[in-house]
Amino acid sequence: MMDYVWCFLVGGGLCVIAQILIDKTALTPARILTSYVVAGVFLGAVGLYSPLVELAGCGATTPLTGFGYLIAKGVRRAVNERGLLGALSGGLTASSAGIAAALCFGLLCALIFRGKPKN
Amino acid sequence: MNTDSEQYKKYAAKRAKKSPLALDCLRAFLVGGAICTGAEALHTLYENQGMSEENSAALVSVTLIFLTALLTGLGIFDRIAKFAGAGTLVPITGFANAVTAPAIDTKGEGFVMGVGTKIFSIAGPVILYGTAAGALYGVIYWISITVF
Repeated sequence: MMDYVWCFLVGGGLCVIAQILIDKTALTPARILTSYVVAGVFLGAVGLYSPLVELAGCGATTPLTGFGYLIAKGVRRAVNERGLLGALSGGLTASSAGIAAALCFGLLCALIFRGKPKN
Repeated sequence: MNTDSEQYKKYAAKRAKKSPLALDCLRAFLVGGAICTGAEALHTLYENQGMSEENSAALVSVTLIFLTALLTGLGIFDRIAKFAGAGTLVPITGFANAVTAPAIDTKGEGFVMGVGTKIFSIAGPVILYGTAAGALYGVIYWISITVF
């Protein structure tokens, strides 16, 4: 039960930080998403993000910082296995399921649904 | 003239409909927290089906992405996002919506130059800088384990 409480608190908290950035600065959603991913890579690289994942589970992995953490984790594993080549292969390998899912479902929706009429 | 427009901007900003920070944050917190908790429940469900931790986590992302794409196509996601603000933007749902919405909206421009390019309008920078930051970390990490 405590797992779910931490999950809610951490996940919600990461959203609140972004909400404050949106309201108080001129940061666009695209910049927020990009910053969150890069921040996740950085926090994952210095080892600060995995304790958060231990604590909050999907509360830490579902926000886009978790996507960055996944990239950092994948890079570290690939470098251990393949050496320097892993620096290039690890990130996209780890994040491939999410990226491919978003692209394929996006395309599928473009085929099925009609866009908003331009006004 | 310049100062006038500056002053006007300030005036307009003051008169613009205020979206109170505290309320925005509360909504983002509740919706964002709820999405993550739902993800956690799915994660537990998948693991109980005998899936590995890693596969389960990946499938949770894929599920959320699928649901977001569907809700975006049906025009429901926009309404939730208007209420939730960063609450739907920050979780993987925001990424999925940022891929699906432009893909649907640019259908009229063709499937190559419309959908094919615009699908990356927000996903592109996210993937680019995520991958670049990861590669940079990989090089530093490789040096650290090779040299020391």
